[in-house]
Amino acid sequence: MPAVLEIEGLRKTYRSRRRGTRNALDGFDMRVEAGQVHGFLGPNGSGKTTTLRTLLGLIGPDGGRMTILGHPVPEALPQVAGQVGAIVESPQFFPHFTARDTLSLLASAGEVPAQRVDEVLELVGLRDRAGERVKTYSLGMKQRLAVASALLKNPRLLILDEPANGLDPGGIREMRTLMRNLAESGMTVVLSSHILGEIQLICDSVTIISLGRRVAFGPVDEVLAQHSSGAVRVRLEAVTDLPAAAAALTRAGVRVTPNHDHLMLAGVDKPATVTRLLAEQGLYVSELAPVAVDLESVFLELTATAPVPGQHRQVDQSVRIDGAEPSAPAGGGWGA
Amino acid sequence: MSLFRTELRRLAKRRFARWMTAAGLLVLVLVAAGLFISNQKIGPEQWAEAERAADRQHQEQVQWAEQERVNCERAKAAGDAVDYYPSDCAEISAPPREVIEAQWFLPSTFNFRESFGDLLIPLAGILAMVGFVVGASFVGAEWNTGGMMNLLLWRPKRLTVLLTKLGALLTGLLALALPASVAWFGSLWLVATWRGTTEKMTSGVWQSFLLTGLRGIVLAMVATTVGFALASLGRHTAMALGGAIAVMVVGQVGLGILLGVAGVRFAEAWLLPTYAYAWMTKTVTLQDWRSCHATYSGECKPATLDITWQQSSLLFTVAVVVFLGAAMWAMRRRDIT
Repeated sequence: MPAVLEIEGLRKTYRSRRRGTRNALDGFDMRVEAGQVHGFLGPNGSGKTTTLRTLLGLIGPDGGRMTILGHPVPEALPQVAGQVGAIVESPQFFPHFTARDTLSLLASAGEVPAQRVDEVLELVGLRDRAGERVKTYSLGMKQRLAVASALLKNPRLLILDEPANGLDPGGIREMRTLMRNLAESGMTVVLSSHILGEIQLICDSVTIISLGRRVAFGPVDEVLAQHSSGAVRVRLEAVTDLPAAAAALTRAGVRVTPNHDHLMLAGVDKPATVTRLLAEQGLYVSELAPVAVDLESVFLELTATAPVPGQHRQVDQSVRIDGAEPSAPAGGGWGA
Repeated sequence: MSLFRTELRRLAKRRFARWMTAAGLLVLVLVAAGLFISNQKIGPEQWAEAERAADRQHQEQVQWAEQERVNCERAKAAGDAVDYYPSDCAEISAPPREVIEAQWFLPSTFNFRESFGDLLIPLAGILAMVGFVVGASFVGAEWNTGGMMNLLLWRPKRLTVLLTKLGALLTGLLALALPASVAWFGSLWLVATWRGTTEKMTSGVWQSFLLTGLRGIVLAMVATTVGFALASLGRHTAMALGGAIAVMVVGQVGLGILLGVAGVRFAEAWLLPTYAYAWMTKTVTLQDWRSCHATYSGECKPATLDITWQQSSLLFTVAVVVFLGAAMWAMRRRDIT
């Protein structure tokens, strides 16, 4: 599949006399193929928004190469801007204009037909509130307006930074359906979000960023599989047989963690071998379940941001892909 | 062109721009109304009333002189040593009637030829103030609310966006300034017609008014551009407004006091309003009253310094180039976060 968006070795460094040098992006790579819904994940301060801003020409990169729809950016942004719809970070609009005025002015600036304004207002569910000033809107309504502004151009590439922020559960589901429908219509969607369950549900592929570097990428299933521990939960017909089963499995080279009513096995390539091994010992399995890994656990593992009881993790406390301690804090604080 | 039209629409939709424009126009209406109320047309009735007032004034003078002469003679007879009376009390007399001119007692009248030129200065001042504040708000609020970032996602050519916004703003200012100037002329012409005179209007006078009006519009455009550039540079309306207040309070009032205390010659030459005034009136002559240039007749004349409209134009050009240049550089180079 052709790449709609490609980033190679993207670097962005912030220099400050007071705070020193910070590598917000440290050779970041990303590839998004046409027609996909691509999840872009990373902890706070990992460089997600910096990446999106750099891609959209709002921030100048210090190195690396980026292309959108085959055109190098930021040089060719004026040529491709009409095909890229984007919202970056929290929605921001002039508060005293109505939603219709806001979209109408954007449409006029971008030479988009005026009737498209009504179409996107309908699409995001703001049709009946379009005449009200934006300052009266809730966060969720502003978010809908932001998505509407991004859809106004009917873009080939849609970049949405935290589009579900402030949405009610119904709104989140509507947004999910909208993303899928857009992708089915041929639009490529890049979705940055912290709602990992949503990402897992609607994304075809993901890129995970930590401290300005890519730590995982690929189709969601593959990323999950790569980080699956091969853990298996085993229950026996008789709980009293658990110690014998644990001994037999340990002798066979399986890592066993006994629990009061089941065993947890690690490093099992084929669960069928467990059944066979225990049956040979006269031990009969009542449940053999591979423990599924989800995107959240993969994310927390890769970025080392899982909460630890009694500790207060700081924004820049993350992990480097090479395992080294970061020499300088990365990212630009909240939302960078 | 679509961006230019959009920015014009955006400017027209801004409530702040509308309110500031209305406030500026209201001030002009109040000034015109004040001129209408405080002036009268001079006719035979007004002259007759002025003659009667002059007569009354003369009668009062006669009575006063008579009273003083009596007091003087009484004091002399009593042997009081009063040095404020002349040695001969007969010298105390009222001025002759013809010295008290009737025209002194005429009511105020609006002479278009003499007054309109000066009244173009408040028009220019109000337009400049409205332009500065609206210009600052137009781009400052866009930066502050994220509107500029949204726009740049649609139109990534930053300098084109900034300069198109400025172009739309200046077009909007002209759309206000030209009709406002015509309306100002029309209303003051009516004031002069009904409450004064429109006599002695030669082609030279018309030309002078036209040029002064044009200079006023240029002054408003300079102020608008500087306000716009400052707010864009600071990415907030407050940058321009705060800067203007700081310049006026610290840079002008404070500097004026400091220069006065230090005894600097021609202290007004360091103050911006002098240059704005010189721009409108073509020349401002500053005088140093502490110096004395003696003339052949023994008269003492102060030293003078002329500030001309050419010097003002140089100052304005430098201000526009520096502030707009800095805003363009920042727009091109700085990250938008």
